[in-house]
Amino acid sequence: MHEFAITQSMCDIVLEQAKKARVKKVGKINLVIGEMTGVVGDCVQFYFDFISRGTLAEGAALSFVMVPPKARCRDCDKLFDLKEFDWTCPYCGGNSLQIVAGKELFVESIEVE
Amino acid sequence: MEIKVLKDILSANEQIAERNRQLLDSKSVFAVNLMSSPGAGKTSLILETIKMLKGKTRIGVIEGDVSSSLDAETIGKEGVPVIQINTGGGCHLDANMLSSALSNVPLQDIELLLIENVGNLICPAGFALGEHKKVLISSIPEGDDKPFKYPLMFHKADAVLINKIDLLPYLKFDTQSFSQAIRGINEKVEIFQISCATGQGIQEWLSWLLTQMSRR
Repeated sequence: MHEFAITQSMCDIVLEQAKKARVKKVGKINLVIGEMTGVVGDCVQFYFDFISRGTLAEGAALSFVMVPPKARCRDCDKLFDLKEFDWTCPYCGGNSLQIVAGKELFVESIEVE
Repeated sequence: MEIKVLKDILSANEQIAERNRQLLDSKSVFAVNLMSSPGAGKTSLILETIKMLKGKTRIGVIEGDVSSSLDAETIGKEGVPVIQINTGGGCHLDANMLSSALSNVPLQDIELLLIENVGNLICPAGFALGEHKKVLISSIPEGDDKPFKYPLMFHKADAVLINKIDLLPYLKFDTQSFSQAIRGINEKVEIFQISCATGQGIQEWLSWLLTQMSRR
Protein backbone atom coordinates (compact mmCIF):
# COMPACT_ATOMS: atom_id res chain seq x y z
CA MET A 1 0.00 0.00 0.00
CA HIS A 2 2.96 2.35 0.56
CA GLU A 3 3.45 2.02 -3.21
CA PHE A 4 0.93 4.82 -3.76
CA ALA A 5 3.05 7.40 -1.93
CA ILE A 6 6.21 6.02 -3.49
CA THR A 7 4.76 6.14 -7.02
CA GLN A 8 3.62 9.72 -6.48
CA SER A 9 7.11 10.79 -5.34
CA MET A 10 8.65 8.89 -8.25
CA CYS A 11 6.35 10.70 -10.72
CA ASP A 12 7.23 14.09 -9.17
CA ILE A 13 10.94 13.40 -9.64
CA VAL A 14 10.46 12.21 -13.24
CA LEU A 15 8.29 15.17 -14.24
CA GLU A 16 10.66 17.67 -12.63
CA GLN A 17 13.57 16.23 -14.63
CA ALA A 18 11.51 16.09 -17.84
CA LYS A 19 10.50 19.73 -17.48
CA LYS A 20 14.05 20.80 -16.73
CA ALA A 21 15.26 19.06 -19.91
CA ARG A 22 12.28 20.44 -21.87
CA VAL A 23 11.35 17.08 -23.33
CA LYS A 24 8.09 16.30 -25.13
CA LYS A 25 7.51 12.89 -23.70
CA VAL A 26 8.97 10.39 -21.24
CA GLY A 27 9.18 6.99 -22.96
CA LYS A 28 10.72 4.88 -20.22
CA ILE A 29 11.55 5.16 -16.51
CA ASN A 30 14.33 3.00 -15.10
CA LEU A 31 13.89 2.25 -11.41
CA VAL A 32 16.12 0.47 -8.93
CA ILE A 33 14.32 -1.19 -6.02
CA GLY A 34 15.96 -3.10 -3.19
CA GLU A 35 13.96 -6.15 -2.16
CA MET A 36 14.17 -5.17 1.52
CA THR A 37 11.97 -2.13 0.87
CA GLY A 38 9.00 -4.43 0.23
CA VAL A 39 8.01 -2.28 -2.77
CA VAL A 40 6.08 -4.38 -5.30
CA GLY A 41 6.64 -3.52 -8.96
CA ASP A 42 3.13 -4.54 -10.06
CA CYS A 43 1.62 -2.15 -7.51
CA VAL A 44 3.85 0.71 -8.67
CA GLN A 45 2.74 0.01 -12.25
CA PHE A 46 -0.91 -0.02 -11.19
CA TYR A 47 -0.70 3.36 -9.42
CA PHE A 48 1.56 4.83 -12.13
CA ASP A 49 -1.08 4.25 -14.81
CA PHE A 50 -3.47 6.70 -13.24
CA ILE A 51 -1.07 9.08 -11.44
CA SER A 52 0.73 9.76 -14.76
CA ARG A 53 -2.47 10.33 -16.75
CA GLY A 54 -2.41 13.66 -18.59
CA THR A 55 1.30 14.26 -17.82
CA LEU A 56 4.47 14.01 -19.92
CA ALA A 57 5.02 10.58 -18.42
CA GLU A 58 1.68 9.09 -19.44
CA GLY A 59 2.18 5.74 -21.15
CA ALA A 60 5.87 5.53 -20.19
CA ALA A 61 7.23 2.02 -19.74
CA LEU A 62 8.50 1.21 -16.26
CA SER A 63 11.61 -0.90 -15.92
CA PHE A 64 12.44 -2.39 -12.53
CA VAL A 65 15.87 -3.58 -11.48
CA MET A 66 15.23 -5.52 -8.27
CA VAL A 67 18.25 -5.73 -5.95
CA PRO A 68 18.45 -8.78 -3.67
CA PRO A 69 19.78 -8.15 -0.15
CA LYS A 70 23.52 -8.58 0.24
CA ALA A 71 25.58 -8.49 3.41
CA ARG A 72 29.21 -8.19 4.41
CA CYS A 73 30.41 -10.28 7.32
CA ARG A 74 32.03 -8.09 9.99
CA ASP A 75 34.22 -11.03 11.08
CA CYS A 76 35.73 -12.28 7.79
CA ASP A 77 34.80 -9.34 5.54
CA LYS A 78 33.31 -11.58 2.81
CA LEU A 79 30.25 -10.59 0.76
CA PHE A 80 27.25 -12.88 0.35
CA ASP A 81 23.52 -12.96 -0.49
CA LEU A 82 21.38 -12.62 2.62
CA LYS A 83 19.15 -15.71 2.80
CA GLU A 84 15.58 -15.42 3.98
CA PHE A 85 15.73 -17.26 7.31
CA ASP A 86 19.43 -17.69 7.91
CA TRP A 87 21.50 -14.67 8.79
CA THR A 88 24.85 -16.32 9.32
CA CYS A 89 27.94 -15.89 7.16
CA PRO A 90 28.27 -18.95 4.86
CA TYR A 91 32.08 -18.65 5.05
CA CYS A 92 32.85 -18.34 8.75
CA GLY A 93 29.49 -18.74 10.51
CA GLY A 94 29.68 -15.21 11.92
CA ASN A 95 26.43 -13.39 12.57
CA SER A 96 27.41 -9.76 12.73
CA LEU A 97 26.49 -8.43 9.31
CA GLN A 98 26.53 -5.15 7.51
CA ILE A 99 23.77 -4.84 4.93
CA VAL A 100 25.34 -3.49 1.75
CA ALA A 101 22.52 -3.92 -0.78
CA GLY A 102 18.76 -4.39 -0.82
CA LYS A 103 17.61 -1.02 0.59
CA GLU A 104 17.77 0.91 -2.72
CA LEU A 105 14.80 2.93 -3.91
CA PHE A 106 15.71 5.40 -6.64
CA VAL A 107 15.09 6.63 -10.16
CA GLU A 108 18.15 5.58 -12.15
CA SER A 109 17.32 7.38 -15.42
CA ILE A 110 14.56 8.37 -17.79
CA GLU A 111 14.44 7.82 -21.55
CA VAL A 112 12.89 10.78 -23.31
CA GLU A 113 11.85 12.02 -26.73
CA MET B 1 17.93 10.12 -25.24
CA GLU B 2 18.58 8.90 -21.72
CA ILE B 3 18.80 11.34 -18.83
CA LYS B 4 20.56 10.12 -15.68
CA VAL B 5 18.51 10.97 -12.59
CA LEU B 6 19.91 8.91 -9.68
CA LYS B 7 17.51 10.45 -7.20
CA ASP B 8 16.16 8.74 -4.12
CA ILE B 9 12.39 8.36 -4.46
CA LEU B 10 11.83 9.28 -0.82
CA SER B 11 14.07 12.37 -0.93
CA ALA B 12 11.10 14.77 -0.82
CA ASN B 13 9.88 13.05 2.37
CA GLU B 14 13.41 13.18 3.81
CA GLN B 15 13.56 16.95 3.24
CA ILE B 16 10.28 17.56 5.06
CA ALA B 17 11.44 15.21 7.84
CA GLU B 18 14.59 17.30 8.22
CA ARG B 19 12.49 20.47 8.54
CA ASN B 20 10.34 18.76 11.19
CA ARG B 21 13.47 17.81 13.11
CA GLN B 22 14.76 21.38 12.97
CA LEU B 23 11.44 22.67 14.29
CA LEU B 24 11.49 20.11 17.13
CA ASP B 25 15.10 20.97 17.95
CA SER B 26 14.34 24.68 18.03
CA LYS B 27 11.68 23.98 20.68
CA SER B 28 13.89 21.47 22.54
CA VAL B 29 11.40 18.66 21.97
CA PHE B 30 12.67 15.07 21.72
CA ALA B 31 10.55 12.97 19.34
CA VAL B 32 10.17 9.20 19.28
CA ASN B 33 8.56 7.32 16.38
CA LEU B 34 6.84 4.26 17.87
CA MET B 35 6.24 1.47 15.39
CA SER B 36 4.86 -2.07 15.62
CA SER B 37 2.30 -4.42 14.16
CA PRO B 38 -1.31 -3.82 15.30
CA GLY B 39 -1.88 -4.95 18.88
CA ALA B 40 1.77 -5.18 19.97
CA GLY B 41 1.25 -2.53 22.64
CA LYS B 42 2.09 0.93 21.29
CA THR B 43 -0.80 2.63 23.09
CA SER B 44 -0.18 0.64 26.28
CA LEU B 45 3.49 1.67 26.24
CA ILE B 46 2.52 5.32 25.76
CA LEU B 47 0.08 5.13 28.70
CA GLU B 48 2.67 3.43 30.89
CA THR B 49 5.33 5.99 29.93
CA ILE B 50 3.00 8.91 30.69
CA LYS B 51 2.04 7.39 34.05
CA MET B 52 5.65 6.77 35.12
CA LEU B 53 6.98 10.16 33.97
CA LYS B 54 4.11 12.22 35.37
CA GLY B 55 5.50 15.29 37.11
CA LYS B 56 9.00 14.63 35.72
CA THR B 57 8.75 15.04 31.95
CA ARG B 58 6.17 16.99 29.98
CA ILE B 59 4.83 14.72 27.25
CA GLY B 60 2.77 15.25 24.11
CA VAL B 61 1.36 12.49 21.91
CA ILE B 62 0.52 12.19 18.22
CA GLU B 63 -1.73 9.26 17.40
CA GLY B 64 -1.60 7.86 13.88
CA ASP B 65 -4.43 5.56 12.88
CA VAL B 66 -6.16 4.56 9.67
CA SER B 67 -9.43 5.71 11.24
CA SER B 68 -11.13 6.42 14.61
CA SER B 69 -9.91 8.47 17.56
CA LEU B 70 -10.22 5.69 20.14
CA ASP B 71 -6.54 5.75 21.13
CA ALA B 72 -6.43 9.56 21.27
CA GLU B 73 -9.44 9.58 23.62
CA THR B 74 -7.83 6.97 25.90
CA ILE B 75 -4.59 8.96 26.06
CA GLY B 76 -6.39 12.31 26.40
CA LYS B 77 -7.77 11.06 29.74
CA GLU B 78 -4.20 11.11 31.08
CA GLY B 79 -4.22 14.90 30.79
CA VAL B 80 -1.51 15.24 28.16
CA PRO B 81 -1.93 17.08 24.82
CA VAL B 82 -2.83 14.57 22.12
CA ILE B 83 -3.35 15.11 18.40
CA GLN B 84 -5.00 12.49 16.21
CA ILE B 85 -3.91 11.92 12.61
CA ASN B 86 -6.28 9.77 10.57
CA THR B 87 -4.50 8.56 7.45
CA GLY B 88 -7.80 7.64 5.77
CA GLY B 89 -6.62 4.23 4.60
CA GLY B 90 -2.94 5.16 4.39
CA CYS B 91 -0.71 2.49 5.92
CA HIS B 92 1.94 4.76 7.47
CA LEU B 93 2.60 8.29 8.68
CA ASP B 94 4.83 10.45 6.50
CA ALA B 95 6.79 13.62 7.18
CA ASN B 96 4.12 15.82 5.64
CA MET B 97 1.39 14.44 7.92
CA LEU B 98 3.63 15.02 10.92
CA SER B 99 4.36 18.55 9.75
CA SER B 100 0.63 19.37 9.68
CA ALA B 101 0.08 17.73 13.07
CA LEU B 102 3.00 19.60 14.65
CA SER B 103 1.30 22.91 14.03
CA ASN B 104 -1.42 21.76 16.46
CA VAL B 105 0.90 20.47 19.18
CA PRO B 106 1.82 22.96 21.94
CA LEU B 107 5.55 22.38 21.41
CA GLN B 108 6.56 25.07 23.89
CA ASP B 109 4.79 23.14 26.68
CA ILE B 110 6.39 19.71 26.11
CA GLU B 111 9.82 18.06 26.22
CA LEU B 112 8.98 14.63 24.82
CA LEU B 113 6.78 13.86 21.82
CA LEU B 114 5.63 10.26 21.43
CA ILE B 115 4.41 9.57 17.90
CA GLU B 116 2.34 6.41 17.51
CA ASN B 117 2.68 5.27 13.91
CA VAL B 118 0.08 3.16 12.08
CA GLY B 119 0.29 -0.50 13.14
CA ASN B 120 2.31 -2.05 10.33
CA LEU B 121 5.80 -3.57 10.09
CA ILE B 122 6.45 -2.73 6.43
CA CYS B 123 5.46 0.75 5.29
CA PRO B 124 6.47 2.94 8.27
CA ALA B 125 10.07 1.66 7.96
CA GLY B 126 10.68 3.68 4.81
CA PHE B 127 9.23 7.03 5.85
CA ALA B 128 11.26 9.24 8.17
CA LEU B 129 9.13 11.71 10.12
CA GLY B 130 11.79 13.90 11.67
CA GLU B 131 12.00 11.84 14.85
CA HIS B 132 15.15 11.57 16.97
CA LYS B 133 14.74 7.84 17.67
CA LYS B 134 12.83 4.96 16.10
CA VAL B 135 11.43 2.50 18.62
CA LEU B 136 9.97 -0.83 17.53
CA ILE B 137 7.68 -2.87 19.75
CA SER B 138 7.51 -6.57 19.02
CA SER B 139 5.39 -8.79 21.26
CA ILE B 140 5.68 -12.40 22.36
CA PRO B 141 2.43 -13.62 20.68
CA GLU B 142 3.69 -12.39 17.27
CA GLY B 143 6.43 -15.03 17.24
CA ASP B 144 10.21 -14.80 17.09
CA ASP B 145 10.52 -14.96 13.28
CA LYS B 146 9.57 -11.32 12.68
CA PRO B 147 13.11 -9.95 12.13
CA PHE B 148 13.47 -12.31 9.16
CA LYS B 149 10.12 -11.32 7.72
CA TYR B 150 10.46 -7.55 8.16
CA PRO B 151 14.23 -7.00 8.13
CA LEU B 152 14.18 -3.31 7.17
CA MET B 153 12.14 -2.35 10.23
CA PHE B 154 14.45 -4.25 12.59
CA HIS B 155 17.52 -2.91 10.78
CA LYS B 156 16.48 0.70 11.29
CA ALA B 157 15.20 0.61 14.89
CA ASP B 158 17.24 2.35 17.60
CA ALA B 159 15.51 0.24 20.24
CA VAL B 160 13.40 -2.91 20.13
CA LEU B 161 11.03 -3.59 23.02
CA ILE B 162 9.88 -7.20 23.42
CA ASN B 163 6.49 -6.57 24.99
CA LYS B 164 4.12 -9.00 26.78
CA ILE B 165 7.18 -10.77 28.20
CA ASP B 166 4.88 -12.08 30.98
CA LEU B 167 3.38 -14.43 28.35
CA LEU B 168 6.73 -16.14 27.73
CA PRO B 169 5.90 -19.26 29.83
CA TYR B 170 2.83 -19.94 27.71
CA LEU B 171 4.13 -19.37 24.17
CA LYS B 172 7.02 -20.53 22.01
CA PHE B 173 9.41 -17.61 21.64
CA ASP B 174 13.18 -17.83 21.78
CA THR B 175 14.24 -14.39 23.05
CA GLN B 176 17.93 -15.22 22.62
CA SER B 177 17.80 -16.13 18.92
CA PHE B 178 15.35 -13.27 18.32
CA SER B 179 17.78 -10.77 19.85
CA GLN B 180 20.76 -12.32 18.09
CA ALA B 181 19.07 -12.03 14.68
CA ILE B 182 18.33 -8.33 15.27
CA ARG B 183 21.83 -7.54 16.57
CA GLY B 184 23.27 -9.30 13.51
CA ILE B 185 21.84 -6.66 11.15
CA ASN B 186 21.69 -3.73 13.57
CA GLU B 187 24.83 -2.89 15.53
CA LYS B 188 23.39 0.08 17.42
CA VAL B 189 20.15 -1.51 18.64
CA GLU B 190 19.14 -1.67 22.32
CA ILE B 191 16.77 -4.51 23.20
CA PHE B 192 14.50 -4.48 26.24
CA GLN B 193 12.14 -7.15 27.57
CA ILE B 194 9.07 -5.46 28.95
CA SER B 195 5.49 -6.00 30.02
CA CYS B 196 3.04 -3.12 30.06
CA ALA B 197 0.71 -5.41 32.06
CA THR B 198 3.09 -6.23 34.94
CA GLY B 199 5.52 -3.30 34.66
CA GLN B 200 8.51 -5.58 34.11
CA GLY B 201 11.37 -3.84 32.29
CA ILE B 202 9.57 -0.48 32.14
CA GLN B 203 12.21 1.20 34.34
CA GLU B 204 14.98 0.07 31.96
CA TRP B 205 13.03 1.45 28.98
CA LEU B 206 12.46 4.77 30.75
CA SER B 207 16.05 5.07 31.82
CA TRP B 208 17.20 4.50 28.19
CA LEU B 209 14.64 7.04 26.96
CA LEU B 210 15.67 9.71 29.47
CA THR B 211 19.35 9.13 28.69
CA GLN B 212 18.68 9.61 24.98
CA MET B 213 16.79 12.83 25.75
CA SER B 214 19.61 14.21 27.88
CA ARG B 215 22.27 13.33 25.27
CA ARG B 216 20.57 15.17 22.45
